[in-house]
Amino acid sequence: MSERASGPSTRSVADVFARCRAEGRGALVGYLPAGYPTVDGAVELLTAMSEGGCDLLEVGVPYSDPVMDGPTIQAAADTALRNGFRLRDVFGTIERVSAAGGNCLVMTYFNPVLRYGVDRFAADLAAAGGLGLITPDLIPDEADDWFAASDKYGLSRTFLVSPSSTDERIASTTAASSGFVYATSIMGVTGARDSVNAAAGEIVGRTRPHTSLPIGVGLGVRSGDQAAEIAGFADGVIVGSAFVSAAEQGGPDAVRALARELAAGVARAGLPQPA
Amino acid sequence: MSSSTSVRASSQVTASQGIETPSGHEPDERGHFGRFGGRWVPEALVAALDELETAYEKARHDPEFLAELDRLHRDYTGRPSPLTDVPKLSQHAGGARILLKREDLNHTGSHKINNVLGQALLTKRMGKKRVIAETGAGQHGVATATACALLDLECVVYMGEVDTRRQALNVARMRLLGATVIPVKTGSRTLKDAINEALRDWVTNVDSTHYLLGTVAGPHPFPQMVRDFHRVIGLEARAQVLERTGRLPTAIAACVGGGSNAIGIFHAFLDDPGVRLVGFEPGGDGVETGRHGATLSEGSPGALHGAFSYLLQDEDGQTAESYSISAGLDYPGVGPEHALLKDLGRAEYQPVTDAEAMDAFALLCRTEGIIPAIESAHAVAGALRLGKELGPDAVILVNLSGRGDKDVDTAAKWFGMIGQDESAEAADGTAIAEGATQQRSGSFADPGSETEGIQA
Ligand SMILES: Cc1ncc(COP(=O)(O)O)c(C=O)c1O
Repeated sequence: MSERASGPSTRSVADVFARCRAEGRGALVGYLPAGYPTVDGAVELLTAMSEGGCDLLEVGVPYSDPVMDGPTIQAAADTALRNGFRLRDVFGTIERVSAAGGNCLVMTYFNPVLRYGVDRFAADLAAAGGLGLITPDLIPDEADDWFAASDKYGLSRTFLVSPSSTDERIASTTAASSGFVYATSIMGVTGARDSVNAAAGEIVGRTRPHTSLPIGVGLGVRSGDQAAEIAGFADGVIVGSAFVSAAEQGGPDAVRALARELAAGVARAGLPQPA
Repeated sequence: MSSSTSVRASSQVTASQGIETPSGHEPDERGHFGRFGGRWVPEALVAALDELETAYEKARHDPEFLAELDRLHRDYTGRPSPLTDVPKLSQHAGGARILLKREDLNHTGSHKINNVLGQALLTKRMGKKRVIAETGAGQHGVATATACALLDLECVVYMGEVDTRRQALNVARMRLLGATVIPVKTGSRTLKDAINEALRDWVTNVDSTHYLLGTVAGPHPFPQMVRDFHRVIGLEARAQVLERTGRLPTAIAACVGGGSNAIGIFHAFLDDPGVRLVGFEPGGDGVETGRHGATLSEGSPGALHGAFSYLLQDEDGQTAESYSISAGLDYPGVGPEHALLKDLGRAEYQPVTDAEAMDAFALLCRTEGIIPAIESAHAVAGALRLGKELGPDAVILVNLSGRGDKDVDTAAKWFGMIGQDESAEAADGTAIAEGATQQRSGSFADPGSETEGIQA
């Protein structure tokens, strides 16, 4: 098994999913906040996650009021901010991790982007080699500026769908998305959980008819078996809190090992079957 | 001015008029007030917000709902709240006539009950059995706990740990009423963090739970709906002032935390261009120190807690920590309709420092026998400022949004009546009384000798 599926020629999120598919498997997507525990430390961790088998990296922006996050990621964001993380550091982080072969998206609450300037943020992200943005607290209804900027700079737009979304909203949200769609598998905040929720398959099944985009599933995954289970019906397995915990406990070696375990789970599952 | 203003008699104003009759200042269909407002929320909450919007739109045209709300506000809240002339306080305001709208006399002690009863009735209609709320001063928490006791709803209140200490009386009240109070220990441990925690709970339990938001902030429909439940303040006050004085007020003073009591009293006067609307924000130690919560005066546009509005933030869009002696005003955000009123120039917003507010607090206690909430004392301080500016012909309407029982501890410490680590509840009452009479140099001396200091 190749340690890392990505290559320097990858220029879009679609390419990443297409290449995984060509390999007969789904994609592993790993999250870590930039600046955690320090800016350099995060570069090392993200690079190790990529080396371990994360096809895509979600580089988080530490934020003062992370209302979608549970205690693990809240604490990591706090640490990053206390250690002096500044928003502009996210671009340097992406530049360095991309140079080492990682495929980077940014996952951010939207106010830092608003404050930086939506167009300016998109320009700097694209220039750094970032592939797109995941926006957990931005819905398409409020995203006019982001539509314009993402089109202008060729960045993917990942919006979230949730078990509580109506079919109409799933349709409009997926139509507004590009790259991939993020399905939150449970109602709740981020945090590793012991079992895969039944709602995960259900939300993917409800989303599928509305889009040809790949669907990634996140919230709560922490083991290779859970990853395999989700990769059985989703195109991407998204893991966050478990990487943060691993980083806290064992640094780059631990996140690399976790990525290997999760990647093996994803590979074992093969291509997703219709839910 | 008065001749053109036809209104109902104050005795005929009811709370339901505030929700049944559109104000003429509605947001667009997605809840935008100009460029402000909207829904800056996770997708997971959209369905619940839609459900709430639908329930509200239905209820506001349902005679049964309106009658029930009016009955509760009459027989339970005690509406209409009185309008009180305060001539002795007026002497300290350049002779301007000051009128207090007595929301402090509502059941539970503040304006918060206006909104809470409305939303609690809606919760029942939506078939939800669990209510969560955030609270700063504890007044919204107490009102919510009260309504939940009355209407058989489970109640969980999130409150910053700092605030549970400075508003301990209200924590006890909530617990007596059967609510669970959860101290929030993240961030600045104040109102902002309580809202974060409430939002996390809501995202997790949205099917069974209504988030009974306590101010005119948050995602659509909260800013509009909460405002409408509070419009009764201004509708009553407008009729009362006209009856009492034969004219409209020259200016209106209200304190602004999230902005609910201010919007509630401002709204009835939005179309009276001659009436100045002035919101008083917590200036804390003085805006120049950076320790304040003066969001509209000092902040910049951004998204926080579900709405695009003004907020206190740093260069990177991280929310700044606010500070105020008043827990209810200690918040780095503000409701979106205020942001619009500021940009339009229809309302103005000024900071009032802790010290100014506490001087006004003392003055109102001593001149008129009314102990205001420290939040409301900011509005009183603002009225004193406006009076000196506008002169003796002015009529200034003040929204006295709450009473000060909850603040006795903070005030006793501020005025040096007890030590910093003593509690007024625990202290022997005579100690406080002695402290008060011996404290000649502080702001709590008798108002005659104090006048100079306060007016300076
Ligand atoms: C008495 C009183 N006034 C004012 C406020 C501030 O809230 P708002 O600005 O929403 O009226 C509070 C909040 O706790 C309060 O208790």
